[in-house]
Amino acid sequence: MRTSYKNITGLGSAHKGVGHFIKQRVSAIALLILVPLFLFQFLASFTTGYSGVMAWLGSPFGAAVTFLIVSAMVVHMRLGLQIAIEDYFGGAIRTVALLLNSFIALMLWLIALYALIKISFGG
Amino acid sequence: MSENGSDLRPLSPFTTVWRWHVTMVTSILHRASGVALVGGVMVLVTWLYAAAQGPESYSILMALMASWPGRALLFGFTLALCFHLLNGVRYLMWDIGHGYEKQTADRTAWFAIVGAALLTLALWAFAYWRLDLLSGQFQGGG
Repeated sequence: MRTSYKNITGLGSAHKGVGHFIKQRVSAIALLILVPLFLFQFLASFTTGYSGVMAWLGSPFGAAVTFLIVSAMVVHMRLGLQIAIEDYFGGAIRTVALLLNSFIALMLWLIALYALIKISFGG
Repeated sequence: MSENGSDLRPLSPFTTVWRWHVTMVTSILHRASGVALVGGVMVLVTWLYAAAQGPESYSILMALMASWPGRALLFGFTLALCFHLLNGVRYLMWDIGHGYEKQTADRTAWFAIVGAALLTLALWAFAYWRLDLLSGQFQGGG
């Protein structure tokens, strides 16, 4: 009687274990903190027009909060959409949809990163 | 019923044969609001990109968002965000083993629905009062 590899490592046949479940919860808890924080700062800076928004997004704290919220949102979005795609689609459509899901999430994150760097260092 | 008609056991219940109850509504709304918020993330990233591109791009996006379809879209995202956030707390509580009792689950479900509506209205009331959004355009340049 031998114990299977998946039972020793606890990672299952997909070799990912409960990673998806945990990442979804960790990003959810992060967003629980970041969403109110971001909304508060966003509404405060919004009254001051374009220059005020740029000053906030260019400040270390504003840039950090915005970078963190976009990162957490993109992670949470990708994992959540993955579940929905797996529930409703199969075969080739599922594969293509899952690829697009990952690509779009990464693309959105990179655009936000580019914008924040440009604002912070002046472009 | 299977194709050959030999298996007459009941099928898994689905929305068409299942009595509607509030925890089912919140479950469906959680997924719907989550999928809708993909659009919200896209608008947020577009907003960051427009800000980085300069005041002209920023003004164009602000004018677009200040239009009535733009406002309706933003209102929808606010509602989806508030609901997804409040209902998400319920699921996190379930994860650590709290709130599974039938009455508690029903009560927190109603709390998420009503709370999301009230929070959205409060945020928009604040926005109109504080940000002077009635002036027709969000503040663009300058």
